[in-house]
This record gives sequence, structure tokens and C-alpha cells, in this order.
Amino acid sequence: MPMTITEKILAKHCGKTEVKEGEFIEVDIDVLLGNDITAPLAIEKFREWGGKRVFDSQKIVLVPDHSTPNKDIRAAQQSLLLRKFVREQGIANYFEVGRVGIEHILLPEKGLVLPGDLVIGADSHTCTAGALGAFACGVGSTDLAAAMLIGRVWLKVPSTIRFVYRGELRKWVTAKDLILYTIGDIGVEGASYKSMEFGGEVISRMSMAGRLTMCNMVVEAGAKNGIIEPDEITLNYIRTRSKREYHLYSGDPQAEYLEVKEYEVSQLEPQVAFPSLPSNTKGISQIGKIQVDQVVIGSCTNGHFEDLKIAAELLKGKKIYPDVRLIIIPATPSIYLEALKKGLLQVFLEAGAVISPPTCGPCLGGYMGVLGEGEVAVSTTNRNFVGRMGHLKSKVYLTGPAIAAASAIKGRIAGPEEVI
Amino acid sequence: MVIKGRVLKYGDNINTDEIIPARYLDTTDSKELAKHCMEGLDESFPGRVKDSKILIAGRNFGCGSSREHAPLALKEAGVSCIIASSFARIFFRNAINIGLPIVECEQVVANIEEGDEVQIDIVRGNIRNLTKEESYSLVPFPPFLQQLINKGGLEGYVKERMREEGES
Repeated sequence: MPMTITEKILAKHCGKTEVKEGEFIEVDIDVLLGNDITAPLAIEKFREWGGKRVFDSQKIVLVPDHSTPNKDIRAAQQSLLLRKFVREQGIANYFEVGRVGIEHILLPEKGLVLPGDLVIGADSHTCTAGALGAFACGVGSTDLAAAMLIGRVWLKVPSTIRFVYRGELRKWVTAKDLILYTIGDIGVEGASYKSMEFGGEVISRMSMAGRLTMCNMVVEAGAKNGIIEPDEITLNYIRTRSKREYHLYSGDPQAEYLEVKEYEVSQLEPQVAFPSLPSNTKGISQIGKIQVDQVVIGSCTNGHFEDLKIAAELLKGKKIYPDVRLIIIPATPSIYLEALKKGLLQVFLEAGAVISPPTCGPCLGGYMGVLGEGEVAVSTTNRNFVGRMGHLKSKVYLTGPAIAAASAIKGRIAGPEEVI
Repeated sequence: MVIKGRVLKYGDNINTDEIIPARYLDTTDSKELAKHCMEGLDESFPGRVKDSKILIAGRNFGCGSSREHAPLALKEAGVSCIIASSFARIFFRNAINIGLPIVECEQVVANIEEGDEVQIDIVRGNIRNLTKEESYSLVPFPPFLQQLINKGGLEGYVKERMREEGES
């Protein structure tokens, strides 16, 4: 039976020659991920259930990225709990402050997720790793606890919607605009419980960072996983990062899709998702005048080096609007270092921005840029729900790095062309 | 299992940031979490849930982050069952895993109003609106999920797996 790439990876990991949509399976896990918010709950459950040893200390990755460097005593206690567990269990992949980055960018960067892997994480954006041709999907803390014990997880085989992008993206239009546009088209439930498979010439030409951005936001359309077939770009990306074995899967030409959606995107303009759903998207020319108090450039969606580069290109030699705070968050220490070496940090500082250590921080209203009553943020993050970044009466507009940088200069939501 | 109570009704796309804002995720104590349950949407919730144990919502309930603190907070706050037109997938898993009863039924959501008294029979698969004297039948869970629910959530499932491995 012809299968999609998702079906092939799932079949392989449950020891079957084929799987069918709707089937309940139990799969072996290659990479199991937790963070400083979801892992403490899982560790408590692990102990409550009489857990002594984790199934494989080499396959578990614990990343304290949400509230570190510890934002307060309570966060510090959560970090302590995590650290103690790491030492007790000999968890191989744990990243301390200074070496830690935002998990979904850190894992691919460190070569911890590879093509063909089955990745389960107690974080909804675990789906990001699908960009490497892996099956990656988010779960909760009880699932994490169970998986730490038995190394397996139950899944229902999803149906797949294939998204094909044709044409050539205009300058300043990035993966973020493509995924926002797609979510705007299909809605926040448009791919619920399903797999979103991305392809077409635009994806074939897209960098790994862009592909990670695409797969990162599939959960915002309700999807179980996002996936892109591995190719030369994937192989170039992983070559220097890991010596571990990987498997290249591709979908069969006759594989069954629930739907194939084709987009001609040559005329697509930079997108803005209005409060309070990621699907409330409009092109930049359609938005009117919206004053901005804060701009955030970072997160597991857009904290890549190439995102910072786009921002720096627009900010070079310019000053941030007096009433605006611009917060730049490189997603990992190596992105931070590269931004330093290439002079990006100087551009940001001279423009009047502040640079945060790698953290999820303000994306979820944690710290490092929480919004007050009535404040408006433009953010390259992934969610704009009511109160997501702070006060219930604050607002978040989601964009890519180009609009974010331009808006910081103009003091209102602005397209990149307005500042060059 | 029969659950009886009054209904609290909310809309579509109730997300986990509304159910439990991230600033409260610095604890694993469900009693602490319950104090702030639904704070992002309805600050009167902790008081109102004392009289109304059944939550009704529209589409895509529990969308957003994977935080299990959300179903934990709802369960601890006193919610005995959630009926929604649809659930976001991670919330759906989490609720089943921790043994918080959830029911997907579009018809019920359309016809039951806030304050109605309802009785839900999960095993027989029906819901009775005692206020309006109407009843609805539920689509049963797939057998795999039903077994998981019968075992009281993921704990039973995991312990069974651990026993199997111990024996083999």
C-alpha cells in the first residue's frame, strides 16, 4: 500500500510494514523532550508511579528554556527539581544556562533530531522538528512521564493534508508569512489531529531555518505534526551535527492525502495575524494604522540567525521609535555568538534595542518583556491569544522579522519597504 | 459513571493561556493552579464552578500550549465533565490521561444553556438535560480510548506495560 512519509515513519516505529489512518498504534521513541515547565510535573508523576530508572538516559533531552535564567524563586525551585532528576538519572542531554537555547531550535542545531526519527515532546511546538523529515509531535506531562518509563507512546495514525507552494517569494516575504497565510486560509482547526506536509518549489528552495519556522506553527492549525521530505538542504544541515544513524523517508507518489492544497505565492505580501487568533491574518497593505509599544524578535518560531539578519538589515543605521521597546532574543548561544561575530548585535544596540539571553520568556508572558494594560506588541512568536504576553487587556500582532523590525522603527505596524 | 450538575457555558477556541495563564505554571500543586483556573477568560470562574460542575464549550477547546496544568486546574477546581463541540488534540490526550471526563458532542453544545441541569452517563453514552427534559446520545470513544478511560487514565496503562515487561 502506498504511504505518506508520516505513515512510513510511524509504521517503522511500531514494527509494522504499513499503518492506516485512524489506527491506534504504540511507537518506539527516538527522542523524548521536556522543559522546565512540563518536566517537573512529569518527574513527580514518574516518582508517584514508582519509577526508578528512565528507559534510556541517552534518548531523553531536558531543556530548561522557559523561565531561565531563573526569573524568580519559584522558577528556581522548578529548575532545581529538573537538575536533580538529570543528575540522578544520568540524562545525557541537559543544557545549563549559558549553554541552553530554545528547545525547538537547540535540538536540530545540536544534531539531536535527525531525519526519520520519532520525536515526542512535552511542549506543543515539538512539531518543529518535522522540518528535518522526522515525525515530531507534542504531548503533555503525563505522556512524558509514561514515555520516560516505557520508551513508547500511543498514537492515532493521522490523515495528511499536503500543502504545495509554487512561485517565488518576494523580497522580505519569509517562511513565517507563508505559514501565517496558510493558517489564515485553513483556520485554527484547519488541520486538527492531522499531519501537515509541506512541499513544492518554494519549500525545496527554503533554508532549514525557514522549514523549521513552517513546521513550528502547524500546531496553531491544530495539527499533530508538520513534515517536509528530507533533501540536499537537510543533508547539508545535519552533516556536521551528528554521527548518529538516520533514515531518509519519502512519500509514495500514490500515497493517499485527505486533501492537497496548492498555493501560488509569488504575489504574497508580508502577513500580520491580528489579535487574538493566529488565523486572523491580513496582508501588510490591508492593516491601517496600529500604534506599537513593544516589539519582540525571537522565539522557537523566529529566533534563528537568518531572522536576526533580516531585522539587522532593516535596523542598520536607524533608531527605534522613541516610544517603542525592541527586545531581541537569539534562540541559542551559537546564534547569539554568530550575531555577535557578524556585527548584528552592534546594529541592534546602536538602534536602541535590548538583547535578551536565549529564553522563551515574553512569548508566553513569562518574563523579559511582559505587557501591561492596553499595551500593543508586534511579535515574531507564534500565539496571540488574549493575555498571552501579559495583561488581559494587552494585544499581540504576529509577524515575521521584517515587519517586526520596520514596526520598531516606525512606532506603528509597518512593512519593510517603508523603512528602506 | 453518572455525572450530574449545572452547566457553565463558554465559546469557541478556549485556549490553555486562558485556562491557566503561564505566570502560574511555576508550580505543580493542583490546588494552587485551581485558584487561578480560567483567570484569562472569566475571573468569576472559581466561585461559579462551585455550583456548576459541568463545563460546556464550543469548538477547539484547550487549544494552544501542551500544559497539562490546564486540565489539572479544571479538575481540581471542581469541573466534573467537559462537553465541547471539539477538543484540541493535546488537551484531549491530557484530559484522558489524567482521568478528567470529556465528551465531544456538537448537538449538546447547541441545545444546552448555561444554568441547565444535566446528567451524563458516560458508560451508557447518553446525556439528559433535566431542565429541558431532552436527551442526547453520545458517539462512543474508539475501543482503545475506552480501555484507557476504563483503566482510569494513563497510569493503569503504563503499570500494565511495566508488569508485562517485568514478566517477559
